[in-house]
Amino acid sequence: MSTVLPQDESRQIAPPPAAQPADSSGDPSARSSTLPPTKPPRQAPSGDFESLRVLPARQPGRWVATAAVAVLLAMALSSLVTNPRWEWDVVAQYLVWPSIVDGLWGTLRLTAAAAAVGFGLGTVLALMRLSRSPLLQSVSWGYTWVFRSVPLILQLLLWYNLAYLYPTLSLGIPFGPELLSFGTLDVIDKFGAAVLGLGLSQAAYSAEIVRAGILGVDQGQHEAAAALGIPRARQSARIVLPQAMRTIVPTSVNEIIGLVKGTSIVYVLAYGELFYTVTVIYGRNQRVVPLLMVAAIWYLVITTVLTVAQFYVERHYAKGAVRTLPPTPVQKVRWSVQIAWSRVSGKPLPPSIPPAYAVRALPQRGHLTRTGRAHVGGAR
Amino acid sequence: MTVVETTTQASGAPTQGHLAVHGVHKSYGTLEVLRGIDLEVRPGEVTVILGPSGSGKSTLLRVINHLEKVDRGFVALDGELIGYARRRTPTGEVLRELKEKEILVQRTSIGFVFQNFNLFGHLTVLENIVEAPVSAQKRRRSEVEAQARELLERVGLADKADARPRQLSGGQQQRVAIARALATRPRLLLFDEPTSALDPELVGDVLDVIKDLARTGTTMIVVTHEVGFARELADTVVFMDDGRIVEQGPPSQVLDAPREDRTRTFLQKVL
Ligand SMILES: Nc1ncnc2c1ncn2[C@@H]1O[C@H](COP(=O)(O)OP(=O)(O)OP(=O)(O)O)[C@@H](O)[C@H]1O
Ligand SMILES: [Mg+2]
Repeated sequence: MSTVLPQDESRQIAPPPAAQPADSSGDPSARSSTLPPTKPPRQAPSGDFESLRVLPARQPGRWVATAAVAVLLAMALSSLVTNPRWEWDVVAQYLVWPSIVDGLWGTLRLTAAAAAVGFGLGTVLALMRLSRSPLLQSVSWGYTWVFRSVPLILQLLLWYNLAYLYPTLSLGIPFGPELLSFGTLDVIDKFGAAVLGLGLSQAAYSAEIVRAGILGVDQGQHEAAAALGIPRARQSARIVLPQAMRTIVPTSVNEIIGLVKGTSIVYVLAYGELFYTVTVIYGRNQRVVPLLMVAAIWYLVITTVLTVAQFYVERHYAKGAVRTLPPTPVQKVRWSVQIAWSRVSGKPLPPSIPPAYAVRALPQRGHLTRTGRAHVGGAR
Repeated sequence: MTVVETTTQASGAPTQGHLAVHGVHKSYGTLEVLRGIDLEVRPGEVTVILGPSGSGKSTLLRVINHLEKVDRGFVALDGELIGYARRRTPTGEVLRELKEKEILVQRTSIGFVFQNFNLFGHLTVLENIVEAPVSAQKRRRSEVEAQARELLERVGLADKADARPRQLSGGQQQRVAIARALATRPRLLLFDEPTSALDPELVGDVLDVIKDLARTGTTMIVVTHEVGFARELADTVVFMDDGRIVEQGPPSQVLDAPREDRTRTFLQKVL
C-alpha cells in the first residue's frame, strides 16, 4: 500500500502535457475534478527537454554478432591469402589476358544481344497477350508455352543445326517466287544461334514479367488515357509501360544477371565467350582453379555493374511514384563529408543538405532536435 | 438528328455541346444497370445527376463517352453518334460499330473527370495536360503548352506546372484533372463525383473551378451529392434510381417540390 500511494499522488500532480490545453480552453468538468488549477506541474517544462542529451538504445547482441562475423570473415580471408593453391599470381596474370578479354567481350555481346531480343520480343508478346484479339492472345500463349517447355541447351543445339533442316533461307512471297536467298550457315553462325537460343527463350520469360508489370498499373490509368482519346500505341508507350517499369525493372535485372551467367551454357556451341575461353585455357595449362577464379571475378564485376545500374534505373522510374526520392550513395557520401567538415570548421552547412539527413548525422540525435535547423552544424 | 440542329440554332445559343441520350439500356451479366435512359442536354447547360449509390450514375457517364458499350439505344453529341456510324448498304441503312481508333478521336470532344483523379503519376502536371492535345489531336506542343499554362492559371495552380501529382493535395490534383480534361477543348464535360474523394475543406476549391466553368457556358453533366451546388448552378437536376430517371427538371422543382416519393426520401437523407 505504501508504495502505491505516492505513485497515485504524482500522477495527479503531473498530468500528461496533452491535458494542459484543456485547462485553458475551458473544459470545466476536467478542471474541477482533480487539479487545483493554481499549482504548476512539478515536472520540468517542455522547453527544457531540448537541453538534454539523447543516447542511442543499447544493442549488446549486435556487438556479439558483429564480433562473430568479423572472426569468420578474417578466417576466410586469411585462408584465401595463405593457401598457395589459389595461385593468385596466375589469377593476376590471366585476369586481363587478351583471349580472356576477348571471351569477356563475347559474353557481354551475347548478353546484350540476347537481352535486346528477349525483352523486345517479350514486350511485344506481353502486349499481344493483353490485346483484345483472340488470335494474338493465343499466339502469345502458345509461344510462351513452347519456349518455356523446351530446355535451353536443346534449343541452342536445334538453332545451331537449323542449316540441316533448311540449308537456305529466302525472302519472298509466301508460296510464291523467292526474292532473296541466303545460306543458312551464313546468317546463323555460332553467335547467331546463341543469340536466337538465348533471346527467344528469354522472351518467353520476359513476356510474363512485362505482363505482370502492366497488370500492376492501376486500371484508372488505362481508363483516363482512353477517356482522353490518346491513341492506343501511345497509351502503352507513354502512360502504361513507364509506370509498369517500376515493377518490371527489379525482376528484369534479375533475369539479365541470370542471362550473363546463362551465356556460359553456350560453350556447347564452342562459341568464344568467357567460360568457354577459360575451359580452353585450363585444358591446355591445367591451372583449373585459378582460371575458374578469373571467370568468377569477371562475372562478379559484371553483376556489380548491373546492380549499380539497377539502383539508378529504379530511382529513375520511382519519380512520381514516391513523394521524395531516396538519396543516392554518392549523395550520402557527399553529405556526410560536408557535415563532418562543418563540424570541424564550425562553418554552417550548405543549404543543399536535406534537414532530416543533416540532423541524422549529428552525434546527439533525437526527436527533439530533428525538426529544427537551428541546432544543425555548429550553430549551438 | 436534323431536329437537334435546328432547335439549337433557332434558340441562338452556342451550337456546340448538344447531347442526346436515347433509350439506353445496359446490363452487366444478368444485372440491368440502365433501364431505358432518355436525357437531353442543351449547349451551355449544366445538368446535375443525383441518386442513391448503385443507381447507375457512373455507368451512364461511362456510356456517354463510350467507355462502356450500350446494349440498346444511342448517344449522340451534336448529332454525331458516339461509337457508331450510319452506313448505307444495299439492304438499307445500318449502324456500323466504329473502330477503337475512331472512338478515341470522338472522345477528345468529351472531357471526363474521375472521382479519384487518375492523373498520370509519372508525368508532371504540365505533361499530364499536354499529352492528349499533342498525341491525340496532333496540335503543336508549344501552342498546347501555352494553353496548358493558361488553364493552370485558371484553376489556380500556375506555380505547380512542374510538380508531380503525388506532391499535390487531393483538391489540387482534382483541379489539375479538370485542366487536363479541358485541354482537348471538349464540347461536353462529364464529372463523376469530382469532390467525393476530397476532405471537406478542399471541396470548395474544386467546386469553385467547376462553377467558374459553368458560368462561362461549358456544357456539363455533373454527378454529385452536393445538393447546394445543384441548387446554385444546375439548369436541370436529374434524379436517378435503379437504372431509371425518376424525375428531372429545374432545381426549384426537383429539389424543392419533388413530385416523386423516391426523390423526396432521397433528398431527406442527403440534406
Ligand atoms: N463492371 C461492372 N461489372 C458488374 N457490375 C457493375 C460494373 N460496374 C458497375 N456495376 C454495377 O452496376 C450498378 C450501377 O453502378 P454505378 O457505378 O453506375 O452506380 P453509381 O450510381 O455510380 O453509384 P455510386 O454513387 O456509388 O458511385 C451497381 O449495382 C454496380 O454494382
Ligand atoms: Mg459512381
